[in-house]
Amino acid sequence: MTGQLLFLYFGGMTVAGAIVAVAAPNLVYSALALLVTFIHIAGIYILMNAEFIAAVQIIVYAGAILVLYLFVLMLFNPRQEKLYMHKQYKVGVFLGAVVLFLMLFAGFRTEILSLGGSYTPDLVEELGHTRAIGNALFTDFIFPFEMASLILLVAMFGAIILAGSGRRRRKGPGGRVDLSARDEAKKALADS
Amino acid sequence: MDIAIQIGVVLFQIVLVLGGVLTHVAYLTYAERKVLSDMQDRLGPMEVGPHGLLQPLADGLKLFFKEDIIPSGANKIIFSAAPILVLVPALIGFAVVPFGRDSLQIGSIEITPYIADLNIGVLYILAFASIGAYGILLGGWASNSKYALLGGLRSAAQCISYELPLGLALVGPILLAESLSLKTMTEAQGGGFWHWFIIVQPVAFVIYMICAIAETNRLPFDLPEAESELVAGFFTEYSGMRFSLFFLAEYGNMILVSCIAVVAFLGGWQAPFSFLEFIPPIIWFLAKIYFLLFFYIWLRATVPRLRFDQLMTFCWKVMLPLALVNALVTSIVKYIVT
Repeated sequence: MTGQLLFLYFGGMTVAGAIVAVAAPNLVYSALALLVTFIHIAGIYILMNAEFIAAVQIIVYAGAILVLYLFVLMLFNPRQEKLYMHKQYKVGVFLGAVVLFLMLFAGFRTEILSLGGSYTPDLVEELGHTRAIGNALFTDFIFPFEMASLILLVAMFGAIILAGSGRRRRKGPGGRVDLSARDEAKKALADS
Repeated sequence: MDIAIQIGVVLFQIVLVLGGVLTHVAYLTYAERKVLSDMQDRLGPMEVGPHGLLQPLADGLKLFFKEDIIPSGANKIIFSAAPILVLVPALIGFAVVPFGRDSLQIGSIEITPYIADLNIGVLYILAFASIGAYGILLGGWASNSKYALLGGLRSAAQCISYELPLGLALVGPILLAESLSLKTMTEAQGGGFWHWFIIVQPVAFVIYMICAIAETNRLPFDLPEAESELVAGFFTEYSGMRFSLFFLAEYGNMILVSCIAVVAFLGGWQAPFSFLEFIPPIIWFLAKIYFLLFFYIWLRATVPRLRFDQLMTFCWKVMLPLALVNALVTSIVKYIVT
């Protein structure tokens, strides 16, 4: 009962935060609404006994990525779009429909999700969530895990080359490189 | 009824811990002024109470009665929320710090020396520490002043940069203790000071201390508040009680990072020698924290401030590689030994 009430609260706040993030007139408010969403998603993870993921969710998304967004917003102070329906709305509607369809498909065809692996909820509870996720990542899923790290590394190189290829000043561009590198390094930290 | 008692016990613990922390914050400001003035060969606060002992109370009262000013161009909501966003993460971390060994038994009620023993204790503290950057950033932005904005940006950049080597430095003790829980970590260091993790992880300890000083925006890393360039940094426009919330958060953070350093590297409440175990664990814990806090103040009196680009270069080119290498070496050695 308490679990369900908490889930309703976390789920509701997640959705509400997401809606405000899209609709807020001020971009800084949007970023803050996104922060609310991220923190409540962490709450949902905790309800699922996934406390490690919850902490990483806050450290990576709320603590690193969103702070960088705020940074950019404050440095460039962009104007918010007044028109919500601009010319790319067809693409947006199409992509939204595809994502929604996939989510509903996954939601109703639960047999896809319940294929399961060697880690049943009981086993996870016995081992402890952090230990279980570590075991799974570094044994069964080592290849996808390393692939993800490699892709992040490529993205990091790309960011450094893009930021460094333009004007070369002693101080200025360094900040840019640091931003993306920091972002990736945070992800790498969370992954490792 | 049982639940009511449990909630009562937890509330009592929270009041005890927060009361203790806030008292320490108040007297930390006093200690800082006294130690600094001693090092500079002057007396420091002497007027209020014997040797100025009531000075923190007087300061608190003064700040409390000051006029609360919100600048006319400021964003009122965010301007008011920012100090809270800074203070809450600074205080919430104390929930997982184990202050002592033994629980207090009163009848059937057990009062543990920690509020909660989370199995992700270290990550919990790091997660909330990273939230603290928002308050600083938003406080600077909402003030609608260029000094505050620049101070906020600098401070947030510094915080999120130094968080990385800070987290990586803690990987060493985590690997050695095989746990993220601060309680288990302390227990893993029992049996004399040669079992403390500082002995096998000296590099991690140095990295941690440097990053902790940078995280809390203290000298020599207090660029966000470099008064010669940025007036007072992100809280330039704040006054009265809101200003004091930022102040509380800074000192609260100092105590919190000292607590983590003590738990992760200095054996928590463990006594250095077994024949000294008659002294209560909490005394040991406090003594170690006081030592680290004194070290903080000592540094402030000794070291000049860095330049901002030096600060960033130092983090990314020295601290981060060192922390990574340390984590790598520790894991390899740990793998070979066990």
